[in-house]
Amino acid sequence: MDSSRRRVLQLLGLSALGLSVKPVLNAFAEEAEQQAQAQIKRGENALSAQQWAMVVDTRAFESEDDFAPLIEACHKIHNVPVLENKRHEIKWIWTDHFHNAFPGKAARFLSEEVEKRPFLVLCNHCENPPCVRACPTKATFKRESDGIVLMDFHRCIGCRFCMAACPFGARSFNFRDPRPFIKETNKQFPTRMKGVVEKCNFCAERLAVGQLPACVAASDGALTFGDLYDPASEVRELIRTNFTIRRKQTLGTEPSVYYIV
Amino acid sequence: MSEKKLIILGLIIFVVIVTFPLWYNRGKAAPAPERILTDKAKAAKVCVRSTDYMKAEHMQLLDLWRDSVVRQGTRIYVSPSGKEYNMSLSNRCLDCHSNKAEFCDRCHNYASVRPYCWDCHIDNPKETS
Repeated sequence: MDSSRRRVLQLLGLSALGLSVKPVLNAFAEEAEQQAQAQIKRGENALSAQQWAMVVDTRAFESEDDFAPLIEACHKIHNVPVLENKRHEIKWIWTDHFHNAFPGKAARFLSEEVEKRPFLVLCNHCENPPCVRACPTKATFKRESDGIVLMDFHRCIGCRFCMAACPFGARSFNFRDPRPFIKETNKQFPTRMKGVVEKCNFCAERLAVGQLPACVAASDGALTFGDLYDPASEVRELIRTNFTIRRKQTLGTEPSVYYIV
Repeated sequence: MSEKKLIILGLIIFVVIVTFPLWYNRGKAAPAPERILTDKAKAAKVCVRSTDYMKAEHMQLLDLWRDSVVRQGTRIYVSPSGKEYNMSLSNRCLDCHSNKAEFCDRCHNYASVRPYCWDCHIDNPKETS
């Protein structure tokens, strides 16, 4: 055994180093513990699907008046402002004529009834959304869990690339501060600010608490909402038993809103 | 070397002017604002996390909440004590802390931070219009 003076000093140095490391490790351990303590989870009543979809039975609507309660219900709970100037208009759900809503599907001569009737249009929550590809900040994204094309207003920089990319005109830009133009504010839901884009969110905030979208709830059964990838769902049943069309299907964005004409 | 005096005088004036705010405000630092709680917040005793944690980390917590709610769609926060909270600034935080002007703004003004939460989020959901 040759424990020289040098060897003893080396051992002492190493031990001192070891002791000084301990408190640092403890601090890290505490931090990890704190983080691990809080958890985040989904609400118990939240509705879930692989891809939410909507079927609009257009036969149930004849005039603008039939759509008014649906549009009103949506715009009221989402604090959508009413701007008289058409160029500043904000809309989440609105109506359009057949030849505007379904260009390419309108023949030269159409059934008079279809030609005159307005059609309900909204964000199609495409399965292959061009707006998401265009967004430089990932403010618009397709939610993995249920296929809703959502907006994170916190991230939107107002570049409007998504508006140029969307073939359905489903997006509106806040050219002005929307707050003075909101008739009745729903205090449970945030407003937007000047300089962000907004659109229909398929009522993600209602689905999270187990409610169907506001327009569906207000439609008296004319709108049906469900999972496109559940063969037993109500929307699939309707698609199976009725002839349905989608808007601008040839573009390949795979819209999730189906229309029974 | 006749400018020597002038230069020194100039330097003294310069130093005095530059340090003016320091000695003029000496000992007059604004006191940190006092935390004012509503009756509801007092009755609840604990926030979603400990007071110290909330004082230091509420911005990180809110950032986590916003990403979680908006992007993942997970809206329930289970605190270390096992209590569940709906992650919502307007509907949860401001439910107890309904005195935004006293609770949020005073301290933010003192610290000279300007969070833009209220550009969109409604600052007092309880208030009836």
